[in-house]
Amino acid sequence: MSLSKIKFDKKIVLSFWIILIALIIAAPTLLPVFRLNLLGRYLSLSIVALGVDLIWGYTGLLSLGQGIFFALGGYCAAMYLQITSSSEFPNNIPEFFALYGVEKLPFFWEPFKSPVFTFFAIWIIPALVAGLIGFLVFRNRIKGVYFSILTQASLLVFFNFFNGQQKLINGTNGLKTDVTQLFGQMVGSESMQRIFFWITATLVIAAWFFAKWVVKGRFGNILIGIRDDEPRVRFTGYNPVIFKTIIFSIAGGLAGISGALYTVQSGIVSPQFMTVPFSIEMVIWVAVGGRGTLLGAILGAVFINYAKSLVSEALPASWMFIQGGLFILVVTALPEGVLGWIQGDGPRNLLQRFGLKRKIETYPSLEINNKEQK
Amino acid sequence: MELLLDSLFNGVAIGSVLLVAALGLAIVFGLMGVINLAHGELMMLGAYTTYVTQLIFKLPILKPFYNSYIIVSIFLAFIVSGVVGILLEKTIIRKLYGSPLETLLATWGVSLILQQFVRSVPLAYGTGLVISLIIGLFLPTTFPSKIKESINFKYFKFSSWILAALTGVLTGSVISSSVSKLSRASARNVDVTAPSWMRGQIEIIGTAFPKTRLMIIVITLISVIAITLFLNQSAWGMRIRAVTQNRQMSDCLGISTEKVDIITFGIGSGLAGVAGVAVSLLGSVGPNVGGNYIVGCFMVVVLGGVGNLLGTVLASFGIGIMTDLIGAGRLLSIWPDMPLPLSNTINFFATTSMARVMIFALIVIFLQFKPTGLFPQKGRMVEN
Repeated sequence: MSLSKIKFDKKIVLSFWIILIALIIAAPTLLPVFRLNLLGRYLSLSIVALGVDLIWGYTGLLSLGQGIFFALGGYCAAMYLQITSSSEFPNNIPEFFALYGVEKLPFFWEPFKSPVFTFFAIWIIPALVAGLIGFLVFRNRIKGVYFSILTQASLLVFFNFFNGQQKLINGTNGLKTDVTQLFGQMVGSESMQRIFFWITATLVIAAWFFAKWVVKGRFGNILIGIRDDEPRVRFTGYNPVIFKTIIFSIAGGLAGISGALYTVQSGIVSPQFMTVPFSIEMVIWVAVGGRGTLLGAILGAVFINYAKSLVSEALPASWMFIQGGLFILVVTALPEGVLGWIQGDGPRNLLQRFGLKRKIETYPSLEINNKEQK
Repeated sequence: MELLLDSLFNGVAIGSVLLVAALGLAIVFGLMGVINLAHGELMMLGAYTTYVTQLIFKLPILKPFYNSYIIVSIFLAFIVSGVVGILLEKTIIRKLYGSPLETLLATWGVSLILQQFVRSVPLAYGTGLVISLIIGLFLPTTFPSKIKESINFKYFKFSSWILAALTGVLTGSVISSSVSKLSRASARNVDVTAPSWMRGQIEIIGTAFPKTRLMIIVITLISVIAITLFLNQSAWGMRIRAVTQNRQMSDCLGISTEKVDIITFGIGSGLAGVAGVAVSLLGSVGPNVGGNYIVGCFMVVVLGGVGNLLGTVLASFGIGIMTDLIGAGRLLSIWPDMPLPLSNTINFFATTSMARVMIFALIVIFLQFKPTGLFPQKGRMVEN
């Protein structure tokens, strides 16, 4: 019997949640500040991984451009923080503008003076951009690898744009947030970071429930239908373009939230968020965790990043080898990911191989037929 | 006129680098449906091969032939990248045919490993490893058929691998003891200096053309002609085309699709190596050199349409010329007194990175009208 089919007792589920919430509340006292900050960052990355899982694991769209939406969310948050704490600088505009001789705030910065606008912009702007890119691509029935390549190209478009525009958004230096003020407190301070950690943890759980709700019911079924056989979905009378666009912009919105949370916890947003490797890494978190299993995406993001920081601290050169090997291993040996492997027949097959579990009786005629064919 | 010629030449020069880089990718992607993200790293291997060849040709024995090292390195780069490609096909890609997204991820993993390999392994031993790969993979195929069919063939194969390993270690240590630059691993970029006959410029109709650029155009031209001839005239080329059109049917008619796959992938990877030689002439060579080209190559393949060499050629020259037109702000110099808003826009995009932004945006717009590229494959399948 596979794990997913086991009905957990209500008491067990309840106690699991109580322990989880207790751990989240207690984490700041249990972990040193540095590790807590890392954990908070990785948890925020797991939100973008949830988005990748929605579009790749459930809908079969491999996007290599989630970094765009991640960075857009981060930039939205950082622009608000920079503006609100720029009152002591000349012209009341963020400090870096003076370096390039800009005296007037560029027009698109204006709305970010309002906290309400920023709150919505963080997830609506990435979602809108994703929806637009998605619609243009899906409308022409561009899919599969072409979709992946085009998303990667758009990633480069955004990267080059943000990287080159010093006068608009400080170019390659990015926007710093750790020395800015939010509600009269320094963003980089310990107490603020603790609050951000709690917000992140809550949002990860909220995003998880949201994603579960999205893939449940008819909408989720159509997504899976698109993944498995898109022409058939179309012939049944559904328009896949709409569904793909919606799910792609949902993933974009999740990436935006994730980027904003990551930015305030890492203290800077820069075009480095839009590099090609980073966006591919997001895919590998999901692939390792298990695509099509939402929990796998969260666990994959957190554990791989933790492993990355631990390995990089000990042996800086070997992480690339390990990461590359992980890619190849997951794709060739564990296509379902770790969680998918556990939920499927993986553990039983492994035990069988060592003779610890009895082989399942299969239909005997299958083997006979095979011999005859040879 | 002079300006136009200049612009055209620059465009063709940019385009020919793209073309030689995208050619191998187009073949592998078009014929096998495999997305090879390690293509850029195969180019990097080609570029490093040029560097190693250059240093070896500086040894006293080979010093008299130093000027011809670039020609030799083209062939060596083809072989080195081709062999690494064949190894890749035999071990990983073969398992993933029919699932392009999985190949994409796996080859990305390979590219990470290759990058780190160049950083942390001394080039001399890297060369030794490649030499043993070449011997190990090709020695068994040269045995007479009597041995090949005998029951003890696996022992022969095994012993040839041992021989290969020994040769590799030997050459590695010989190179590392004789060329000190190659004996230590370093992540720093290296420079390939062109031989004296390739430095300087040639003047044609009043315009000066750098010789290295001309050399790259020549390399590209030869590669395109060679690959077209191979695909259209040779027996294996015919088999490759047959498998492209209908894999099952070709298999039924007795074409070994397995061999076709290996040959196609080997040639595609080898062309990446040749592209690496071209790239090494343009700037310094580092572990990340391939990454700068890979997305551009994919755009060429997407724009040109799959499995069509003419489309690839047109697309890469088109992108090259557009890059030069936009990136250098040429329109402004052709038409100096255009209205202010227009000239401001052109100035805004007149840098290399902003030109890229513009080009990619144009490609996305183009694909709105022709979603399958310039020359789409015709078919009646729903999926195509």
